[in-house]
Parts: sequence; structure tokens; C-alpha cells
Amino acid sequence: MDFQSCVNINKEWDIVGARQIGRDFARKIGFGTVDQARIATAISELARNIYLYAGTGKICFETIEEIDRKGLVILAVDDGPGIAEISKVMEDGYSTSGGLGAGLPGVKRLMDEFDIISEQEKGTEIKAVKWVR
Amino acid sequence: MRIPILKLHNYLLISIQIDLDDQSAIQFQEDLLSKIHQSGATGVVIDLTSVDIIDSFIAKVLGDVVTMSDLMGAKVVLTGIQPAVAMTLIDLGIHLQDVPTALDLEQGLIKLRQELEE
Repeated sequence: MDFQSCVNINKEWDIVGARQIGRDFARKIGFGTVDQARIATAISELARNIYLYAGTGKICFETIEEIDRKGLVILAVDDGPGIAEISKVMEDGYSTSGGLGAGLPGVKRLMDEFDIISEQEKGTEIKAVKWVR
Repeated sequence: MRIPILKLHNYLLISIQIDLDDQSAIQFQEDLLSKIHQSGATGVVIDLTSVDIIDSFIAKVLGDVVTMSDLMGAKVVLTGIQPAVAMTLIDLGIHLQDVPTALDLEQGLIKLRQELEE
């Protein structure tokens, strides 16, 4: 998939930058206020994970259009250490950084579709989709 | 970016009007605690009317600052949480159950006064 726009995540402030760009993107596609907040929050969680665990990576946005629906794809990619136990990080309350452990399970609930591929020592790729209602 | 903390009698009032990054959130936590210490304030209202995103990190910082202030003897009330923010917090699985909240600044001050009189 050729992504329309990507934000590099290298420093902490990029988390804010990514969610602002993502929110604008969501608004242009036609998402309502609540879904814009959901999308921006999901991006914030994904960007923070990249920053905290991989150091650097990027978040990309793309509009998808099907015959009867339209949506936003968010792709979060890093080439960090990867996730050893994906089932663990998808549990509510699991955190290795002293956080709330709400990040990834939260993103899954905030978005309509959620897919994670991670390989140790290679990196992690998370794809999440939200459809306009 | 520093968030201004205003003193009014024995209350501290804060209105968060920037898109909070992690560093500003941590800085605010430290600033608020030292301001409580300096001023001897017994009540704090943090107004979130202009905040349109609270992710898990910011939620943790806010929840923690309420508990920390409580340890120091100051009651904190969070006010003005937007409908979209309330909905995304629940999606994230964050319930902030022990955190006092109120609809707006005015209700927040009323709540503080009631709590402090008890």
C-alpha cells in the first residue's frame, strides 16, 4: 500500500505531532468529533510505543475507499526489538514501563480493525483501521 | 511549555490549554506539587475544557497528581472533561474511579468547598 502521508517518530514531541496530523486527516475524511478523538488517541498510544520501546519509527495514514464505505488506515512501523509475547501486551494492565498498560488493548478498542505483526530483533508493524459511520 | 498555576484564596486554579506532550505533563506535575507546598493551598481545580485528547500517559499523570496532592493534604477536582474525551478514556479502559470530577470550574469549586468543610 502506498501511504499518503507519514510522520517520523524520533523524539517525544513527535507523539503530539503525529496525533495532530492524524486528527486533521480524520477530519478531512469526514469522521465526527468523537471518532477524531478516538483516532488521535490511538495514534498517540502507537507513537508513544514506538518512542518508548523502539526509539524511532514512523506512523503512516491512508484513506481507504470501498463501494459502500470509507475509512482511515493507520500503520505504525518500527525496526525496534520486537515484542516477545504479543498475547501479553494485548492484556489490559500489562506494562513493562510503569504505564497503565492500556495502550495496545486500548488501541484495539478505539479502532474497528487491528492487526499486529512483530518479529524479535526485527521490529513491529501495527495496522489499524477505522470506518466512517 | 509551562502551564500557569493561579492562586485564589486557598485554592489553586489551572486551565490546561495546550496539547499536552509528555514532558509538559511531567513538568506540570512537579510545578503543581511545589506550588501546593509553597502556598499551603488546600484545594486545586484542574480544568480540562480545552483538552481534546487524554491518552493513557496523560491519564496516568493526572491520576497520579491527584493522589500525590492528596498525600500532601490538598484535594484536587478535575473539571470540564469533554464528552469525546470521556468516551475515549473508557475505550482505553481508564476509569479514573477515585478521582473527583465536576462538570465545570464553578461546580468544581462548589465540590471542593463541600469536601473541605466535611
